[in-house]
Amino acid sequence: MEATSPVSPVKKPSPLLNRQIPIVTRSVKGKFRTFKTAVMVIAYSVYFLLPWMQWERSNAASQALLFDLESRRFFIFNLVVYPQDIFWLAMLLFIAAALLFFTTGLIGRAWCGYFCFQTLWTDLFIMIERMVQGERPARLRLIKQPWNAEKILKMGVSHSLMILISFWTGVTFAAYFTYAPDFVYHLFTGQAAEAGYITVVVLTITTYVAAGLSREHICTLACPYARFQGVMYEEDTLAVAYDVRRGEGTAGRIAPGKGLRIREERQAQGHGDCIDCGFCVQVCPTGIDIRDGLQYQCISCGLCIDACNNVMDSVGSPRGLIRYDSEQNIASPVPHRPRLEWRRPKVLGYAASLVVASTILFYNIGTRSDTEANVQQVRQPLFVMLSDGSVRNRYQINIINKTEHEQRYYLKVQGIPANALDMGNIPEIRVRAGKTLSLNAKVDLSSEQAKATKHFSFIVIPTIAEAEPVVVKTNFHSH
Amino acid sequence: MSQDKTTTTATPKTTGHNWDGIEEYTNPLPTWWIWGFYITFIFTVVYWLFYPAWPIGDKFTKGIPGLHTITYKATTVDGKEVEKTTHWNMRSKFMHEMNEMEGVQKQWFDKVAAMSFEDVSKDAELMQFVNSAGKTLFSDNCAPCHQAGGQGKIGFSPNLTDDHWQFGGTHDEIQQTIVHGRKGFMPAFKEVLNEQQITQLANYVLSLSGEPHDNAFATAGAQLFKSEDAGCYYCHGADAKGNTQMGSANLTDKIWLWADVPAKSTQESKLAEVKRVITGGLDRGVMPAWGGRLKPEQIKLLTVYVHDSLGGGK
Ligand code: SF4
Ligand code: SF4
Repeated sequence: MEATSPVSPVKKPSPLLNRQIPIVTRSVKGKFRTFKTAVMVIAYSVYFLLPWMQWERSNAASQALLFDLESRRFFIFNLVVYPQDIFWLAMLLFIAAALLFFTTGLIGRAWCGYFCFQTLWTDLFIMIERMVQGERPARLRLIKQPWNAEKILKMGVSHSLMILISFWTGVTFAAYFTYAPDFVYHLFTGQAAEAGYITVVVLTITTYVAAGLSREHICTLACPYARFQGVMYEEDTLAVAYDVRRGEGTAGRIAPGKGLRIREERQAQGHGDCIDCGFCVQVCPTGIDIRDGLQYQCISCGLCIDACNNVMDSVGSPRGLIRYDSEQNIASPVPHRPRLEWRRPKVLGYAASLVVASTILFYNIGTRSDTEANVQQVRQPLFVMLSDGSVRNRYQINIINKTEHEQRYYLKVQGIPANALDMGNIPEIRVRAGKTLSLNAKVDLSSEQAKATKHFSFIVIPTIAEAEPVVVKTNFHSH
Repeated sequence: MSQDKTTTTATPKTTGHNWDGIEEYTNPLPTWWIWGFYITFIFTVVYWLFYPAWPIGDKFTKGIPGLHTITYKATTVDGKEVEKTTHWNMRSKFMHEMNEMEGVQKQWFDKVAAMSFEDVSKDAELMQFVNSAGKTLFSDNCAPCHQAGGQGKIGFSPNLTDDHWQFGGTHDEIQQTIVHGRKGFMPAFKEVLNEQQITQLANYVLSLSGEPHDNAFATAGAQLFKSEDAGCYYCHGADAKGNTQMGSANLTDKIWLWADVPAKSTQESKLAEVKRVITGGLDRGVMPAWGGRLKPEQIKLLTVYVHDSLGGGK
């Protein structure tokens, strides 16, 4: 990288890949900062501690949340998810999408500003920088400075810390897929599985590169959400906005100088409330100037609101020069207090699909039966004529035992005579806990019955009393 | 506010070449790109040390001997098991992986080999293995004649999914068939019988399976069937139910192997099909022996597959 002097952030965003000025943000205090910190503490506690939470289980590792790829089972507290439940994943993704659309339509890029992993990790890494290297001016000085002992030490320490956190991020991620205590022990004693090491290395590198080096570039250049969230904005969407009329007045913003210190004096000369201190720009993690209006780089983190509010407090002007407000309201002749405009078709539509999808998902999880069965007809040949003229169809029946114990089942047919079913020599159907058993079944019907039969059902009946039988409808072919 | 430094960089450097006032800028490649390029150089050299690389005449370099080898077991042409260690190459890797897979399958094959047919077919979990391993073995060896699903082809190979077994359908009989192969044969009757007699016999055969036929001819055919003139009963039995010992077909059931009666729609064409077989006889019902080609445990597994997964008695 060229040693361009890091000066205060650029006014106009530089064209794509040309930006060479690192963004060095100033820290700020305020309600959005507090909220962001709270989210961060909660999110990190959940992410880093959850794999260590224990949960009593009879047939698998006692980890509360365990994505066991090897046995193809996901343990989520008391719920065991099998590959057959892939539908839930689809529903979950749909819900996540609807939730994103819903919140974005309502209050802008809340995901980006407060919850996204990119934001959380970048935020943490910036905090580390501040702790090790000092506040913004000190950091800027350090960057300008030649590579002497102080710079090497401070840069070294902060980046080592970032790499260390990235590493633990990777270890934690991998720990969700295997029993965490064993995994961590094996990791350091060189006995963990190859996939474990690869996961940790890849996650360490990507976390460090994304949050330690690339930072806002991920949001502005790489992230697809950043671009399509813009589409969900409407005129009524609440977004971080600068009140141009109030800030600029008729004669533009101006720094407080002689005769320009008191609000009334400024207003008398036509100047707005913005004192052009540049704090809103200095705190911005994507290095933009919100006073230029809504920009695609803005991740809606609210830090410029905090910065500006602090400044307004100190000069004795009312807060809210930069605030959450809608484009519509800011432009209206007499703006009212910013409020959530939720009575809009788009927002209501997203909300409705959110409710429907969540209901379906929870209903489905709540009513899942412990037995699943599916039937595949053997298609080569589809049917066969037997010596006495009767017709045989063959089926492969898969029975999935989703309980945590071995189960016994018996099989019946419905819609055709009971003796038409031939299960070969299998005396009794036993399926181990969490396993699938596939069985051959032959069904023979006399030629008259065969002609009259298009469909019939297999009934899989678990032997335990309270369990529901599973009925699977299937076809019978005779020509 | 300071200026955007990125847009006011110094005058770009030129290569110094100048043609009629036209200069050429030096636009160096991005550093990361250059480094990526150097790394590929290093990678190539490392690759040569580990893998086959340079052709030399009809030979090639094999990497540093002993640095990257593969060991595998193979059977030589004369049936000896040998262990070989070679430099890394695709074929050895394939062999090595096949060895590993055989190791995984072995415990299951051993189980099948140690149990009686009856017990294997009662074990639902073992039958899952029989189904999948059997399907592979069947596809590799049997499907060319019997078709992928074992449904056979009329006029060529028997259907293994029905309940008729030309040479017997018990586990032991099926195993016999696979190990030693079979040969079905029926003499041609065109020299022995006249056209009318053949027509009578053919009508009789159709009548046995409940197909449309001429009653008068069929009655005459029934006589002829049991007579010394035609001598059909020698092989097919007086009740025309065939004999699994010699593989003569049961003519009374609905299953056809050589004459494709079910595919014909009119009485005449059905008759013609049967007459064609009686007239010309059969000399094609040959199933090769698999005894030497497949391992005993593979044959055992195939036997269970054919008996329990495909066909089986009624
Ligand atoms: S733009 Fe993308 S990466 Fe950046 S905060 Fe938003 S979702 Fe996260
Ligand atoms: S402009 Fe304000 S809200 Fe947007 S990213 Fe910058 S500091 Fe955050």
